[in-house]
Amino acid sequence: MERWQNIFWLGIKELRSLQRDPVIVILLLYSFTFSVYSMATGISSEVHHASIALVDEDRSALSRQIAHAFYAPFFREPLLISADAIDSSMDQGRFMFVLNIPPRFEADVIADRQPEIQVNIDATAVIQASIGASYIRNIISDEIARFLQGTNNGPRRAVELVTRTAFNPNRTGTWFHSIVAIINQVTMLAIVLTGAALIREREHGTIEHLLVMPLTSFEIAMAKVWANGLVILLATVVSLLFVVKGILSVPIAGSTMLFLICTTLYLFFATALGIFLGTLARSMAQFALLIILVILPLNLLSGGSTPVESQPDWLQTITLFLPSRHFVSAAQSIIYRGAGFDIVWPEFVAVTGLGFIFFLFSLALFRRSIAVSK
Amino acid sequence: MPNLNGLVVSLVEDVTHGYGKVCALNDVTVEIPSACMVGLLGPDGVGKSTLLGLIAGARKIQAGTIQVLGGDMADARHRTITCPRIAYMPQGLGKNLYAELSVFENLDFFGRLFGQSSGERHARIGTLLKATGLDPFPDRAAGKLSGGMKQKLGLCCALIHDPDLLILDEPTTGVDPLSRQQFWTLIDNIRAERTGMSVLVSTAYMDEAERFDWLIAMDAGKILATGSPQELRTTTHSKSLEEAFVALLPKDKRGARSELTIPPRQETDGEPAIIAKGLTRRFGHFTAVENVSFSIERGEIFGFLGSNGCGKTTTMKMLTGLLPASEGEALLFGKPVEAGNLETRKRVGYMSQSFSLYGELTVRQNLVLHARLFHLPREKMGARIDGLIDRFRLADYMDQLADQLPLGVRQRLSLAVALIHQPEMLILDEPTSGVDPVARDEFWQLLIDIARNQSVTIFISTHFMNEAMRCDRVSLMHAGRVLACDTPTALQTGRGASNLEEAFIGFIQDAIGQAKEESTAFTITQAKAPPASNKTLANAPGQRSVVSLGRLLAYSHRETLEVLRDPIRLAFAFVGSALLMLIFGFGITTDVENLRYAVLDFDQTPESRTYLQNLSSNPRYFLEQSPLRSPAELTRRLESHDISFGIEIPSHFGRDLKRGNQPTVSAVIDGAMPFRGETIQGYVEGMHLAYLKNLAIQEFGNPSTAVPARIETRYRYNPSFESIYSMVPSVQAILLVLIPAILMAVSVVREKELGSMTNFFVTPTTRLEFLLGKQFPYIAIGMLNYTLLVVMAMVVFQVPLKGSGFTLTLGAFLYVTVTTGIGLLVSSFTSTQVAAVFGTAILAMMPTLQFSGMLQPVSTLEGGAKFLGTLWPATYYMHMSVGAFTKGLEFQDLWPNLLPLAAFIPVLTIFSAMALKKQDR
Repeated sequence: MERWQNIFWLGIKELRSLQRDPVIVILLLYSFTFSVYSMATGISSEVHHASIALVDEDRSALSRQIAHAFYAPFFREPLLISADAIDSSMDQGRFMFVLNIPPRFEADVIADRQPEIQVNIDATAVIQASIGASYIRNIISDEIARFLQGTNNGPRRAVELVTRTAFNPNRTGTWFHSIVAIINQVTMLAIVLTGAALIREREHGTIEHLLVMPLTSFEIAMAKVWANGLVILLATVVSLLFVVKGILSVPIAGSTMLFLICTTLYLFFATALGIFLGTLARSMAQFALLIILVILPLNLLSGGSTPVESQPDWLQTITLFLPSRHFVSAAQSIIYRGAGFDIVWPEFVAVTGLGFIFFLFSLALFRRSIAVSK
Repeated sequence: MPNLNGLVVSLVEDVTHGYGKVCALNDVTVEIPSACMVGLLGPDGVGKSTLLGLIAGARKIQAGTIQVLGGDMADARHRTITCPRIAYMPQGLGKNLYAELSVFENLDFFGRLFGQSSGERHARIGTLLKATGLDPFPDRAAGKLSGGMKQKLGLCCALIHDPDLLILDEPTTGVDPLSRQQFWTLIDNIRAERTGMSVLVSTAYMDEAERFDWLIAMDAGKILATGSPQELRTTTHSKSLEEAFVALLPKDKRGARSELTIPPRQETDGEPAIIAKGLTRRFGHFTAVENVSFSIERGEIFGFLGSNGCGKTTTMKMLTGLLPASEGEALLFGKPVEAGNLETRKRVGYMSQSFSLYGELTVRQNLVLHARLFHLPREKMGARIDGLIDRFRLADYMDQLADQLPLGVRQRLSLAVALIHQPEMLILDEPTSGVDPVARDEFWQLLIDIARNQSVTIFISTHFMNEAMRCDRVSLMHAGRVLACDTPTALQTGRGASNLEEAFIGFIQDAIGQAKEESTAFTITQAKAPPASNKTLANAPGQRSVVSLGRLLAYSHRETLEVLRDPIRLAFAFVGSALLMLIFGFGITTDVENLRYAVLDFDQTPESRTYLQNLSSNPRYFLEQSPLRSPAELTRRLESHDISFGIEIPSHFGRDLKRGNQPTVSAVIDGAMPFRGETIQGYVEGMHLAYLKNLAIQEFGNPSTAVPARIETRYRYNPSFESIYSMVPSVQAILLVLIPAILMAVSVVREKELGSMTNFFVTPTTRLEFLLGKQFPYIAIGMLNYTLLVVMAMVVFQVPLKGSGFTLTLGAFLYVTVTTGIGLLVSSFTSTQVAAVFGTAILAMMPTLQFSGMLQPVSTLEGGAKFLGTLWPATYYMHMSVGAFTKGLEFQDLWPNLLPLAAFIPVLTIFSAMALKKQDR
């Protein structure tokens, strides 16, 4: 009983300190509002204003028709260049795509001689290259088909393919990036807040002061976990309701409550990680350096920004131990795919289990660091 | 005025100085006499350090004029000529020293800053070390010296260029009495040698001030009085300077001053409150506390006397259970101290050295929090808190934040908090350091009341001798050992000393086996002729160039040594970049592969199976999962992320196909991650086209029915189309901005935080020397990083460098110079290391990721983004790196990127130099 009272009152103290720290409050507000907004709207991995050039050696009606088929927002207006400029302009990165329409192209198409149209793709821009290539292929086929229909009866395809995109029919990037942004902020701020609170206590000497009182290190750590976790959870709610649902009008397919429960479980891990790093670092400056080395991998490898299944197998085995990966997976299932608890429970178990193990580990380290602190 | 030759070393007129709302100096006017020892007297926070900083030229004058050595300190030209004649040692043990550098390296650095030749430096360092008794340890790191030795080294650093004005800010605070005595003897000897030198010293020890020629007593930013110690005592009719100082204070601050009387202690029997038996504590090879034993009775005030770092705090931590003892044991109330024993803790109140309450809570919140943590019953809590407020006179401050309280009030609050649970024992670690004499006496009044009237045992550590005299018994501690333990008077008479300090010095000398002060035969043999004349205080015309290579390299040399000895920064530089490279390289892969899919085949004919075979025969991209049975299952499995897409083949597919009825196959794709969904759609469509083509060949022997023209896609530069070939070179551009910029920013801001920035303020170092000198080592680190990253790319990631390595290296050199320049620029706007790290990280990452072509090719950016892209150096380097690695470009294609990169360098350097302040606020 006394133990839980201590944890409660220490946590209240934690909240009061936080409220008096303008830098942290501003960082919190910024991260969960402006930053989420700008990350949701700013990053685009889609093909957008792709630069394209055309080498038109045919100069026919068909080649002009193809040239006019590329328009904004996917492509820029194609520039006409000469054949010998292909290499140098692509080397300089001036164009992502260069189409080469050979001489007598139109005539060959009409004569059913199957001419070859060449699409050069700068494959160093991997995302845009692959999506753009399939766009271009479709556009060219469509235009040729349309052209042939104008002249004689164009061929009819033997089988029609209809594709439907589930969960995000228009593949709006904002839907995706807004949630990734929130998830990344949850990880970062939970670690920063908890770790900084711990280091501040150590730098001000108040941690010793607590330790000579009848308090245990479990109580001290636990108070930081619940207080800072609660603050992040509230910030997540605000961000989700007002920024994501409100301003960005992103639909949330599943249960918001389920997502928040999942976040709560994950926060237990993230705050424990904050305590771990706060214990490891001897000063705020070291803590800041450590955070960079920890947060980048944690966010990048979680599958939030790039798909986990594309990682090499050995890396996938390692990331299995990252609670962030399970959290991201559950969050995406709930928010985008509308999955219920019956589907995401394995992730819940993984997040909780890994969080718990890590908390115990951090606590042990924290205890030891106090024992040998000079 | 004694020693006054009528000349004035500094003239301070109407000087007012503030930090935000706090006024540190309030309209101060004073003439400081030359060629004598002038003392600035007063407790912490009265403006002593500010005044000294202003006179030294380390701080910028806000209002008023200050003349030093015959010129106006507001005039930058005068400062440049004068600062080589001034030496300034800021407050705090070893504040102007570099902890990682050895004694010799520290001195050598200062010598280089003053342009001394190697021979001259060695000669001077030799004599200074000999004179201060530091000669046995030239190779010991400054951070590992004792407090007294640090101050001696600081003095050596200040004296290396024969200054005419020596400014020492609280040089002896926290130093043991023997070292203190040696320090003053040293100063006296130097002055005997260099009669023209003026010395300006501040101190909080009133007893020390007796030895000064002339005193300035200060309080609350104002000067109370000036004159010789004799004069101050006579005018105030006081016996001691401390009394004189109190008498000089304005009436309302003097307090209800009465002679502090200590009623004799009632002997109590029963078991002692504290027993220490052979307590020993080691940290590695260092023994902080060695075999300390004592026994303290209930109700006793037990003083623990010693310098900073002698083991007082460590001993106290062992007594409170904060630190386990390596050997020996401690008993509190007869029970052994254990870390986990919460019951004993409830009987002890502890007040640690620094103010350790929550500054961001109000006085009331602090009291209530502690009452709750000690589980005071709710009904008693109010009364208890009210009682303490009353007794410690905190009523006026109840709703103020603890941080905003005056030092004396804060200490009262700390004591109130320590007493909230009515402990039987109080452990107080230097509770009164820095507190003014009046508040200190009030504090003691409270302590005596607690000890005598409530028989609370008090264990207090201090380095004030007059406080020690008030204790029932004191123990003298030095270098981890208790030298003596008895009543103060007994210790004094036992050694036949006139005061406790003398007795303490005697004990220390006995302990270190040094019969007599040896440094009396002190001479500084001048390595070169002393300045021509001490009578005229005007400056000799000096000449200096804008950039002295010697000073610049002195900074580079020092920075290199520091980084090499800082494992955290070194690890960040190399392990960090390797780690991030691995993670970025393997982690950010945008390849869409290993896609799990399932089919819902309502037809189950050879035709439908042929259609599906197109997918299953391509295992790099598609992994087939168990088949679906219903559309509902398709949805569910997409939801649970079991599959990424599903293909549905309608019934009668085969029949319709044969009849030419154009059957429709549908594909449902998981679009949760849009770019991935888009790529999958491309794959599925490609697969579909391939099927149609095969079908046409089979049926008609001619594919043209389906495809009138072949579309030949050529993935240039990266034929296997794997993101690693673009990611690995791009990541190098990110890491080479992130890590060098952060390290650079931290290295400058660290100096601001630790205080060694003062050396830049008060030495003839110019801004460019400082900036470039510090930048060189980080450019080298950046280039080593570059090498590491290139080797990793080739060996670990198997990404070959196809193009010109030489041009890339040249580009990397320019790029790293630019990115360290960005770090320098950020550092001039930030004042804490945390802000520097995060600020630089955000500044470096955002534009690099968004505008430099990593996620989106620069050629597709437009408007503001394109403009930012052209203004961001990473754009050019990323271009070079991708060009050289993946596109296989040579010099003639890469060189256009070198020019813009080079153009950033002077711009950044000029901005950084403009933003860097040569004086503190």
